[in-house]
Amino acid sequence: MTRIKSLDELKNKRDELKSALSLLDDPDNPDRKVQIKVAMATCGIASGARSIKDFLTAELSKRNIPSVVTQTGCMGYCYAEPTIEVKLPGREAVIFGYVDRIKADEIIEKYIKKGELTEGVIPRNYSTID
Amino acid sequence: MEKQITQQGQLRIALRNCGMLDPENIAESIARDAYQALGKVLKELSPQECINILKQSGLRGRGGAGFPTGLKWEIASKSQSDQKYVVCNADEGDPGAFMDRSILEGDPHSVLEAMAICGYCIGADKGLIYIRAEYPLAIKRLRIAIDQAMEDGLLGKNILGSGFNFEIKLRYGAGAFVCGEETALIHSMEGKRGEPTNKPPFPATSGFMKKPTNVNNVETFANIAPIILKGPDWFSSIGTKNSKGTKVFALAGKINNVGLIEVPMGTSLREIIYEIGGGIKEDKKFKAVQTGGPSGGCLTEKHLDTPIDYENLIEAGSMMGSGGMIVMDENDCMVSVAKFYLDFIVGESCGKCTPCRVGNKRLYEILEKITQGKGVMKDLEKLKNLSYIIKDTALCGLGQTSPNPVLSTLENFYDEYYEHVVEKKCRAGHCKNLFHYVINEELCVGCAACKRCCPVHAITGDKRMPHYIDSNICIRCGECIEKCSFDAISIQLEPKILV
Repeated sequence: MTRIKSLDELKNKRDELKSALSLLDDPDNPDRKVQIKVAMATCGIASGARSIKDFLTAELSKRNIPSVVTQTGCMGYCYAEPTIEVKLPGREAVIFGYVDRIKADEIIEKYIKKGELTEGVIPRNYSTID
Repeated sequence: MEKQITQQGQLRIALRNCGMLDPENIAESIARDAYQALGKVLKELSPQECINILKQSGLRGRGGAGFPTGLKWEIASKSQSDQKYVVCNADEGDPGAFMDRSILEGDPHSVLEAMAICGYCIGADKGLIYIRAEYPLAIKRLRIAIDQAMEDGLLGKNILGSGFNFEIKLRYGAGAFVCGEETALIHSMEGKRGEPTNKPPFPATSGFMKKPTNVNNVETFANIAPIILKGPDWFSSIGTKNSKGTKVFALAGKINNVGLIEVPMGTSLREIIYEIGGGIKEDKKFKAVQTGGPSGGCLTEKHLDTPIDYENLIEAGSMMGSGGMIVMDENDCMVSVAKFYLDFIVGESCGKCTPCRVGNKRLYEILEKITQGKGVMKDLEKLKNLSYIIKDTALCGLGQTSPNPVLSTLENFYDEYYEHVVEKKCRAGHCKNLFHYVINEELCVGCAACKRCCPVHAITGDKRMPHYIDSNICIRCGECIEKCSFDAISIQLEPKILV
């Protein structure tokens, strides 16, 4: 990446990145993607989040679902690890807890393909500063 | 499995990006406003203006003692020197606390950015993060974050064309609890023994390598950028009169929703435990919350509705600490809890001053004696007196606060101590010499499952007849209570004697 030389450049770059993200999320965009975040702080990894991430990445491409699976830090729901956040284009993000392989498979088949909620949804319990 | 949780009242400022972005990809951080505050400070504000914003915001140090951050920066900025340092204290050592690790693992750029802002304000071009080697993932992500920020020109030389230089290096700690104390931390970074020294001189005048040094906690740094971007009035509108903003707590222990939460200052313990935390495990009775780690104390039922802020916690005999909250239920013995923390302190005391090295060991021995059922009433008095002596005479913050768990449990749970000493009973069923396992004859079907698993053959009884545990032989391992399918075995304060 090139060096960012001024505050204006930084602002432009932020806006570019933001619009790229919102494009992914736009249900009318042909290149839209399902965005999945896997909580992978030490605690998440210890409860098996890494294999869930690998599983999701492999299965989603196998099942031809355009998606990005990324890692994040702790989401704060330690009691329900591993936790993942699924964002279908144009819809509110949903957080699932206690995700093992069976659960992950169910989430792909039920929620990502058909939009039906499965068990284990954790309601977002906080507000942020945005 | 679906739990209906009606959680409200959390507001995430320090944790704003945790769980939202990939900490190993700076682009995602930039998309979420990382380094905007640094850019604004470098372009639009003088160091003093920036310090004034922090002073107005009312932000206080999140490491525990609650010193006003703006004031701390101002003192460091006024120290004259050719070289100054910004240090981030990431030596998180309280049992049950994991806030700082989560911030570093989830949003490292928020800390790096704030350190650079601090460097600009106090006139430092070098930053150091003191992090314990037990946090390998946090270290890895910090390294990646620093490299990426350097590459993008957000750290390093001539940041964003302002002419301001700032670089950040990591220093590893070996996990000693005392190294969270700032003078000990600085000595450890210099390669010396991690032992504290008397203050003054404060690090702000003579710190790392005898140069003015500003030490802040991870969570404090994580609060800086939003204050700069959204303004001091926004920040000071959250919280209580003297404690502004939010606080991250690590909920642990006997609570349903173990996890990381961030609530506005002034939230009550009841809200945290019953609403956000989802209540006590297995619907047992709430007994106490330990806050502030080994330097803190216990809050009990009567404190459930106290708004949590720095002052109220001190008044209740505890302290904010770094934010670990260990929830205890009726099955926890408070004497043993005090003993656990003393055991921790005895292991972590650096040994430099006598009150802490010897005094805490003696405290531990008295507690050990009490939990073994050998205590006498005079011991309770001794505990109290010795605690005050240690508090008054120890060298550093570790020693001065180390008797707090004893004092606070003595204050709030005197009757439990009394029972241990006089009646030789432990109502929580925790101290092995002070309770008995008893088989209920009416529930026992004589299946002999307990008899077979007892490692010391303390259980007798004929087939299909009620069994009996000989308390004199029993070692209280608890195997039988686990094995019994009929809930016939229970913890009792009196043994059953066969007639």
